[in-house]
Amino acid sequence: MSISRRTFLGWLGAAGVGTTLGRPAQAAGTANFTGYPDALGVLFDATRCIGCRKCEEACNKVNELPAPVKPFSDLAVLERRRRTDAKTYTVVNRYENVPGAKGPLYRKIQCNHCLEPACASACFVRAFAKNSSGAVTYDESVCVGCRYCMIACPFEIPAYEYDKAFTPRIMKCTFCQPRLLKGQLPGCVEICPSEALTFGKRRNLLKIARERIGQFPARYIDHIYGETEMGGTAWLTVSGVPFRELGMREDLGTTPAPELTKGALSVVPIVAGLWPVLLTGIYAISQRKDKVAREEQAAAVAEAVTQVRAEAKAKLAEALAKADKDKKAAIDKEVKMALADAAKAKAQESAAAPAAAPEKKPS
Amino acid sequence: MPERKFTIQKPALTPFNVVAGIIVVIGVVITGIRFTQGLAATTNLSDYNPWGIWIGFDLLVGVALAAGGYVTSAACYLFGLKRFHSAVRPAILTGFLGYALVVFALHYDVGRPWRLPYPFIVQSGPTSLLFEVAACVALYLTVLFIEFTPAALEWLGLKRARSIVNKLTLVLTIFGVVLSTLHQSSLGALFLIAPSKLHPLWYSPYLALYFFVSSIVAGLSMVIFESTLAHRYFHDKMDAEHREEADGVALGFGKAAAFVLAGYFVMKVIGLAQTNAWGYLSTGYGLWFLVELLGFVLLPCYTYAIGVREKNLKIIRWTAAWTVLGIVVNRLNVGLIAFNWHLPSSERYFPHWMEIGISVFVITLGVLAYRFIVTHMPILYAHPDYDKH
Repeated sequence: MSISRRTFLGWLGAAGVGTTLGRPAQAAGTANFTGYPDALGVLFDATRCIGCRKCEEACNKVNELPAPVKPFSDLAVLERRRRTDAKTYTVVNRYENVPGAKGPLYRKIQCNHCLEPACASACFVRAFAKNSSGAVTYDESVCVGCRYCMIACPFEIPAYEYDKAFTPRIMKCTFCQPRLLKGQLPGCVEICPSEALTFGKRRNLLKIARERIGQFPARYIDHIYGETEMGGTAWLTVSGVPFRELGMREDLGTTPAPELTKGALSVVPIVAGLWPVLLTGIYAISQRKDKVAREEQAAAVAEAVTQVRAEAKAKLAEALAKADKDKKAAIDKEVKMALADAAKAKAQESAAAPAAAPEKKPS
Repeated sequence: MPERKFTIQKPALTPFNVVAGIIVVIGVVITGIRFTQGLAATTNLSDYNPWGIWIGFDLLVGVALAAGGYVTSAACYLFGLKRFHSAVRPAILTGFLGYALVVFALHYDVGRPWRLPYPFIVQSGPTSLLFEVAACVALYLTVLFIEFTPAALEWLGLKRARSIVNKLTLVLTIFGVVLSTLHQSSLGALFLIAPSKLHPLWYSPYLALYFFVSSIVAGLSMVIFESTLAHRYFHDKMDAEHREEADGVALGFGKAAAFVLAGYFVMKVIGLAQTNAWGYLSTGYGLWFLVELLGFVLLPCYTYAIGVREKNLKIIRWTAAWTVLGIVVNRLNVGLIAFNWHLPSSERYFPHWMEIGISVFVITLGVLAYRFIVTHMPILYAHPDYDKH
């Protein structure tokens, strides 16, 4: 392959332009995500809700959910504390005898469409998506049915179709995403007769909420629920009584769910990178120790053997020398004895000779 | 070495076989109901309680108690403690069976089990700790399978394949420790995302560390516990090496467990200080927390130490069983008992009898598989035709 000068310069240019146009500020994964700028939301005003259940009915209709056992006009169901389930994306609960309130209060429950959803963070097949519209949607075509999203959700919203054997799904409010895309309002917002639900861009809703609180400080608690809870949610709530009186948790904190598991996830590269090195090191050290121990043992044995041998040799030599000496001494002794004997014999002989000599001497 | 003669008990109607048979039949029936009528017909799961004992017990406890494989193989092959060699094969076998059964049991719990490979082949969610758990468990099950194959290959007489696998021992052991560290800890970290649902005495930024360190304790104790049972029921299958080393294994592992439990206890106390959860100790949950911390962590730490000092194997073996129970208590606490503590009792979960039935069925399958393998393959003895693995 040959590269013309022109092509090469072209590449060079592209690389240079690419570098200038890059967004270095967002290169790292630690960028602070505060939600899509034009994301939509809904403001629920608990001081306005009259508990008519029209939103439940509209939700049921537009989402084509199964019809309930009792009709939506039956307000007796409000006696019971309810939650979202596999057939219900939204419910309204009634709260009686709330201190500071004149009559019963109502709260609408549905998915809050978190800015950084716990369900999406927890899903191991990425079945949940935070759309730029603000809606958190669910894709059943990849869902395995582990239900970790239900564990993760701090608002206890996702429900499961436990009664289906083959195609169970997670069921939760979609913010009517299909309707939003068509330019329509969510079913519940559209039908609400008391203007308890205000639809709009989330940043505008925050302004509206603040205005209401500012205008009627006696009517509202000075807090917008969902502005910071779990990092913020698309659905916001204002209320005249503390939120816990409406069954809302005030202890959720402001940390978005993904932050909670970030530390644990960051351990993965540390363990995956460090453990093999450390463990191989430990293995090598233990092998080396074994080897050194073996060598030391061998050396010690060899030394002991040579020492014993040398000692034995010395002992042998000594013994031999001693034996030699003994032998020599014995020989000397024998020789001496023999000589002594011989001398003795000679002496006896010579002693006997003078006596015999005269006998030999003839006259 | 003389030729070994196996006396395989002919399928007789022993009490064990009868009970196991009944459990298997019931298990098969429940399986049928589960996969034709769904979770609603077989479990007490609800929208508030999406995880029951099939996760709290089968997954959390199952994985922790299968930790003996990585603990023992690391001790023997990486730390060079060769005197534990005879304990490696039984530990690898129970680890492999444990993980295989965990994955098997998961098929009951998830809604669409045929999609279990989806995170790897269709769409991955790597921001999820469950993804980490799934990936590591899948890989580690494969590792354990390969680590187990020498015994099967010796049984089948495939010498060449066996020698190839043998050469992988070191790499597999290291890989196994890495994977175990990751998923044992991630099982605890699963609950980090739900601080508003798990009781403050159990919720801690250290959850991952707690699960990892206690898995070492679980692994050590399970090896002692299983070897106690194996000595009782399969003594005739053991060779001289195994019998001679067994007491040393119990003493060595007991000593290690005492140390790790001591460290775990200190970590738990530091965790309490860090989350400043002392105030909860005087509540009902606090009492139960103290039962776990003092009764199932500090007490076995002490009795292990006593058992080792006195060289009293009886104490060590009882402590091992008690510690295993403690691991069960801890995992059930985090997964079920202290989870959703804020809900009124009417919304709390208690398992359906069929859920318990499946858990017992799964354990029974494990025991039956273990029995088949140790009576047929060289697990508790070294095969005479092969070198030391």
